[in-house]
Amino acid sequence: MIRYTLKRLTSLFISLAVASMLIFFVIEVAPGDPASFMLGINAQPDTVAALRAELGLDVPKFQRYLVWVQGMLTGDFGMSYTYRTPVSQMIADRMWVSLPLALYALTLSTIIAFPAGMYAAARRGRAGDIGVMGATQLGVAIPNFWFAMMLVLIFAIKLRWFSAGGFAGWDKGLDAVMWSLTLPAISLALPQAAILARVMRSALLDVMNEDYMRTARAKGLTTTQTLWKHGLRNALIPVLTIIGLQFSFLLAGGIIIEQVFYLPGLGRLVFQAISARDLIVVESVVMLLVFAVIVVNFAVDLAYAAVDPRLRART
Amino acid sequence: MSLLEIKNLSLSIMGTPILKNVSLTVNTGEIVAVTGESGSGKSLTALATMGLLPKGSTTTGAIQLNGQDLLTTSETDLCKIRGNDIGMVFQEPMTALNPVQTIGAQVAETIRIHGTMRKSDAMMRAAEVLTRVGLPQDKFPLSRYPHELSGGQRQRVVIAMAIALRPKLLIADEPTTALDVTTQAQILDLLADLARDYDMGLLMITHDLAVVSDMADKIVVMRLGEVVEQGETKSLLSNMRHEYTKMLFAASGHQVKLPEIPPSDALLSVRNVVRDYKTPRKTVFGSTGTFRALKCVSFEIRRGERLGLVGESGCGKSTLTRAILGLEGVQDGQITLDGDPVFMGKKPNLAVRRKMQVVFQDPYGSFNPRHKVTRLITEPFHLLETQPTPDERTLLIAEALTAVGMHPSDADKYIHEFSGGQRQRIAIARALIIKPDLIVFDEAVSALDVSVRAQILDLLVDLSAQYNLTYLFISHDLSVVRTITDRVLVMQHGQIVEQGVTEQVFTAPNHPYTQELIAAAPVLPDLEHLKA
Repeated sequence: MIRYTLKRLTSLFISLAVASMLIFFVIEVAPGDPASFMLGINAQPDTVAALRAELGLDVPKFQRYLVWVQGMLTGDFGMSYTYRTPVSQMIADRMWVSLPLALYALTLSTIIAFPAGMYAAARRGRAGDIGVMGATQLGVAIPNFWFAMMLVLIFAIKLRWFSAGGFAGWDKGLDAVMWSLTLPAISLALPQAAILARVMRSALLDVMNEDYMRTARAKGLTTTQTLWKHGLRNALIPVLTIIGLQFSFLLAGGIIIEQVFYLPGLGRLVFQAISARDLIVVESVVMLLVFAVIVVNFAVDLAYAAVDPRLRART
Repeated sequence: MSLLEIKNLSLSIMGTPILKNVSLTVNTGEIVAVTGESGSGKSLTALATMGLLPKGSTTTGAIQLNGQDLLTTSETDLCKIRGNDIGMVFQEPMTALNPVQTIGAQVAETIRIHGTMRKSDAMMRAAEVLTRVGLPQDKFPLSRYPHELSGGQRQRVVIAMAIALRPKLLIADEPTTALDVTTQAQILDLLADLARDYDMGLLMITHDLAVVSDMADKIVVMRLGEVVEQGETKSLLSNMRHEYTKMLFAASGHQVKLPEIPPSDALLSVRNVVRDYKTPRKTVFGSTGTFRALKCVSFEIRRGERLGLVGESGCGKSTLTRAILGLEGVQDGQITLDGDPVFMGKKPNLAVRRKMQVVFQDPYGSFNPRHKVTRLITEPFHLLETQPTPDERTLLIAEALTAVGMHPSDADKYIHEFSGGQRQRIAIARALIIKPDLIVFDEAVSALDVSVRAQILDLLVDLSAQYNLTYLFISHDLSVVRTITDRVLVMQHGQIVEQGVTEQVFTAPNHPYTQELIAAAPVLPDLEHLKA
């Protein structure tokens, strides 16, 4: 197990290093100079040059990369070109919205998907299965922004249970935060839950054909007991993979939902930064997201090993 | 009253009749063997007794366990009977255990779901049961996972789960089919001992007639869902009435006569071959170990010779096959075919590879289901330097198919349209089509029914005469190797421990390991002797 963890950690650091280089250089090659963009088309060349020097854009690219990485390692993400505020502060503010939203949505989708997938698998081909599968089909097909608007129409405008948008802020307490994140989390969770339920169902169906499930039945376990005690853990590997992918997606992929609910999240930050050629913000947020994806994958790898003893042994 | 009484059991699945009026009885302490070829319904008879039939099954008749009809018992009550009154052991020990649970937990589960025993007590009882089936705690603690055990050891765990509550009836469905001969002998002994010690009825499902006649008190012969003949082992064997029973026994002991080979020079020469594999590190920063799978292996196959290779799983048979076929390099030594090395530097030598072909064990898994037979059997053509013209192709396909007893028109069919035996004929046609100098048969008849196996063996003899075949025949089935090869190699732990003329090795084995193998292999009784 220690070897396995060390191996995964090494691969985590290599991925981070490669990703940081890719992000930095790809974004840097993209056309559009932040300095001239900020000053407008009529700017004097010497003013642009002065601003470039001030922003640190005049030094060679590789050196800028090193400064950027060093800064990130010490928590200094640099200054936003547009807002002239520390990037780390901007990201931290948005993180406090996006991270709880992603976790909330992921929890909801898991809570919905696990029982739905298990229920459908246990009733394969019967009405319950067809119902769940139909519902998940809809869940995948419905665009989440439309679903979000419907939620707003019903629960915010008509019933007035929730607010139609905006973020309460952490100073108002956890209740208020949860309250303002509930509708966005539901709209984000729905398609994810639909996908996860389908994966859960097919993973369980695969497992149900395994010989050890028949062995368990021969011992005297009921179908349900067999499914819980022997099926679930064996079916978890593909499900964990999907959960890992979904978390990374939810963290930044909520951009449309953030627009619909007017939430100051990471997705909106990236969107604004790209429009304003605020390269340093884009780089930092993208790097952060990559970091999140890689760390989540690392956690998923560890979870695999926790679930399956054969993986622990292999390395 | 019998312990188990199956009366006129008929079964159909989705409207297709599977079992027809099956009747049999098992008494306490009695070993009853149900035998027959694939599709005879023997496994479904067992599953019907367990109440574990697939969905869409409808049954008529009765299955009585101590007078209680299991067919009319509710699922809830059946769950109480399974594992408690009836235990079951399955064929495939490698997959019959849950890979993510320890063996202790899996054995203890049987005990816990049928009672109110605390977890710690159930674990103690599990330890006792595992010790009883030959897995003592000092070597096989409860915390072991299935992947840390060999096939035979896993089968012992499955048996422990089945007998943990001392059921009245134990059903064993092909319990030793996937195991080596020596392991098979041990598991069969264990089952017979347990049945005697616990006074259980043992219903044994097996296709292996040698096993059947060795240990069963009664034999039930099934064919296409019907019982064709049953009776006390000795009287049934000495006085077989049904044609099918006679055919089964004849096919099981089928002997062929290989055509004589004129003396000739070596075709394949294997000299001091060594193959090492890396083993995983034991500690975090420890170095990787090496496992020597082949230790200085040397032998020759002469042109026209039929050489057998026997040994248990893990002895290096497959490694040797891969090395001969040039699929993997070796660390030391040399393999040459007709004087040319199989491996040139780091790359397999294509000029040699096109002179060798292989026929694998699984006639179901070794074909791409989306290709027609034409494409499947012409696959070896890609090895040739000059591709045959379309006309030559058609001719070669027709010739190869005819040679293996199929019709040239079969070329336009897909593989699912053929039975297991026909598929193996097609596999042989695929190997023959480029007229290789050497064919490797890797367990090529092991998955086949006895009657089909007999036909394939006859086919090999015909082909030997017709094409002067040279082959290496790898099998764990000693009786087949004995009849289909001229010379035999016995392999153990990566070494060839004995080699010689097949008949000599079998009648007077020199090496203790060969003696052990031959002693462990179940043999068909001498029917003439029984009658007398």
